[in-house]
Amino acid sequence: MQINLSRREFLKAGILSLLAPAGAAALAKIAPEHQTTLTPPPILQDHDHSSHESMGTVGKVNHAANQYHPAEMLKEFDYGKVSQLDNGQTLREYLFMAEDREIEIAPGVYFPAWVYGSPSSPESIRAGKIVGRVPGPSIRCVEGDRIRITFVNAGSHPHTIHFHGIHGASMDGVPGNGDGSIFPGQSTIYEFDAAPFGCHLYHCHALPLKRHVHKGLYGAFIVDPDPEKYSGREKEIAKTRNHLYTENESVNEMMMLMNGFDTNFDGDNEVYAVNSVAFAFMNEPIKIKHDQLQRIYLINVTEFDPINSLHIHANFFDYYDHGTTLQPTLKTVDTIMQCQAQRGIVEISFKDFEPGRYMFHAHQSEFAELGWMGFFEVEA
Amino acid sequence: MDTKKDTNTQNFPVRKIPTWVIAVFPLVLLAGLIALFVNTNPIQVTTSELPPIEDLSFQRVNLTRDHIEIKVTNSGPDQVVIAQIIIDEAYWNFEIDPYNSLGRLESATIHMDYPWVETEPFEIVIITSSGTTFAHEVELATESPTANAQQFLAYGLVGLYVGIIPVGLGLLWFPALRRMSQKGIGFVLALTVGLLVFLLVDTFLEAIEVAHLLPGVFQGIPLTLFAAILTWLIITAIGSQQTIAERSSPRGRKFIASLIATGIGFHNLGEGLVVGAAFALGEAALGSFLVIGFILHNITEGIGIAAPVTRDKPGLSWFTLMLFIAGGPAILGTWIGGFAFSPLLAVIFLGVGLGAIWQVIFEVGLLMQRDAQKENISVVNWVNVLGLAIGIALMYFTAFLVKF
Repeated sequence: MQINLSRREFLKAGILSLLAPAGAAALAKIAPEHQTTLTPPPILQDHDHSSHESMGTVGKVNHAANQYHPAEMLKEFDYGKVSQLDNGQTLREYLFMAEDREIEIAPGVYFPAWVYGSPSSPESIRAGKIVGRVPGPSIRCVEGDRIRITFVNAGSHPHTIHFHGIHGASMDGVPGNGDGSIFPGQSTIYEFDAAPFGCHLYHCHALPLKRHVHKGLYGAFIVDPDPEKYSGREKEIAKTRNHLYTENESVNEMMMLMNGFDTNFDGDNEVYAVNSVAFAFMNEPIKIKHDQLQRIYLINVTEFDPINSLHIHANFFDYYDHGTTLQPTLKTVDTIMQCQAQRGIVEISFKDFEPGRYMFHAHQSEFAELGWMGFFEVEA
Repeated sequence: MDTKKDTNTQNFPVRKIPTWVIAVFPLVLLAGLIALFVNTNPIQVTTSELPPIEDLSFQRVNLTRDHIEIKVTNSGPDQVVIAQIIIDEAYWNFEIDPYNSLGRLESATIHMDYPWVETEPFEIVIITSSGTTFAHEVELATESPTANAQQFLAYGLVGLYVGIIPVGLGLLWFPALRRMSQKGIGFVLALTVGLLVFLLVDTFLEAIEVAHLLPGVFQGIPLTLFAAILTWLIITAIGSQQTIAERSSPRGRKFIASLIATGIGFHNLGEGLVVGAAFALGEAALGSFLVIGFILHNITEGIGIAAPVTRDKPGLSWFTLMLFIAGGPAILGTWIGGFAFSPLLAVIFLGVGLGAIWQVIFEVGLLMQRDAQKENISVVNWVNVLGLAIGIALMYFTAFLVKF
């Protein structure tokens, strides 16, 4: 995309740069404000020659400046403020805030995102303030829990939160229903019982939808099954899925949200990732134990492309579409695809595998090579 | 109060101020006002939320085996930070020299290892810190020529075929032209004008095309036109010197012929650039076809040079000189186009060619008019119109061989 400079803009800039004495200090002042907030990427001239004979991005993303890390997003969930209702039901209260925030999505590439943040997310607890992130905080609850989300719009556009779950029309978080679009400075409360159990998502449903989703307003909504409702083998499976049971600790759980960023707003993504940072798990492989069951909550929120996919190298896995069943919907596959907003649970084991790096990526080569690619490092 | 004294007191302080201070004063005022404008920034309401305006131009892409070298220039008003590079929808590692942050009109060279595929196209996309992208398509990947002796010789040979050989062959028609009647010479001169009119249009269009490769700040098309006007005025000034002012003298006619050779020379320089750049940009497959085309296309240029001097007896050395003025630049052009193609230089050269050709059309037109006056006929007679038409047609149809 080429940006043409109008003659007037050119003259303005030209005059300023010619008149150096007045101009030097002056130019700094006229420069758009958000430019100064950019951290300049490291100068790349000192790169080791051998390291650049490959594909991928150059440099490192400043996770500290983002205040969130894709690897932490894998394992950490937002459980909300938990209390008991009079009827014995668990109440999970969340405060969700939407705001405008620039995030680094590939080394040196900044995206003017719209983000959700919650004070009960691990990042916010660590930072001591609400940290807006993409994807938004991963809500984790149990089926039947009362979910009460106070949503405050601190952004510059009207937003909502629309949950993929079971709820009434007024709680649907779409314009024209219930409180509809929540305007900047306004707030609302979304309240419903978490159902059905599974791997779900939430996203902003304000219009234009495509823009509000791809700018970053989405996140995981994971509802654990309640083992008390099942019996026999299913009860045991439900225990491993429920974060309140010790059986769950034997499984290594990972939340992978597949997303993309259209940095030049031409309707085509320049960056693909899981958890927002291109090649995050290429640069820092996910270390896994070979004798532990691996469970991936996989969610596709890629805009512009109708489908996204996951392929894991050298191994096969079971897949639970939408995560709403306790028995796999697909057995022994090594590639699954998801349309936009489709999600599911992947269960895979590297038991007795040779230690080393096992790749996983979208099997759309384009997505893979634009950032959606990573490694599991199976340890001995 | 005395009126005279009043005037004196008013003028007195100004007179005491040195001239340079008075001359500099408006500039100081200007700088002050701009500082004021920027500090108060009255247009802030409209611009404070605008992202920086970024513009990046690809100057040159050099391919060697498994390696790409890209030269880029920041042609926008704001700083551009090159963050990542995508080739054919995949991120690839790179090194950048000297810095990945480019100020206005600063350039950088990007080096990357990439296993490009011979004869297939690929797209390079530079993504800046703001996520803005700048794309460049390599239409036909092939190894870029490196400036070694063998390549240099090969390109020189191509230039020889495109420039010297056709012009030389055209000049060989001189004896035949000498045997022609006055009407016949009129016809050949008209034909020459036809050729030149075609070259004028062609050179201009070429300049427009190359101008688009230039960053906007260089204002390619105005630059071509200014080069053309300046060239035209310089040639006119040279031509108005006493000794060669008499156009109907053998000396004057030789001057016109040498002007034609100069104009054609600049045009051939442009053609050389095209052929050289075509080879360099990997369109070598088209190259040999292009060379044959240019030989046929340019053979008529020799006739153009010889036409004004058919009544005279210029020596072999004069013809050789004309041959090198008209044909030689093609060799230079292929070298520049092949090894160091610069859109900026190309635009200036094409502009000079444009001015020269325009002046030649004017001069040959005057010569024809004087001849016509002697014969007591109108210069716009059927023979001349036919000559002009055939001249244009010849160039137009032989151009089929070199245009795509």
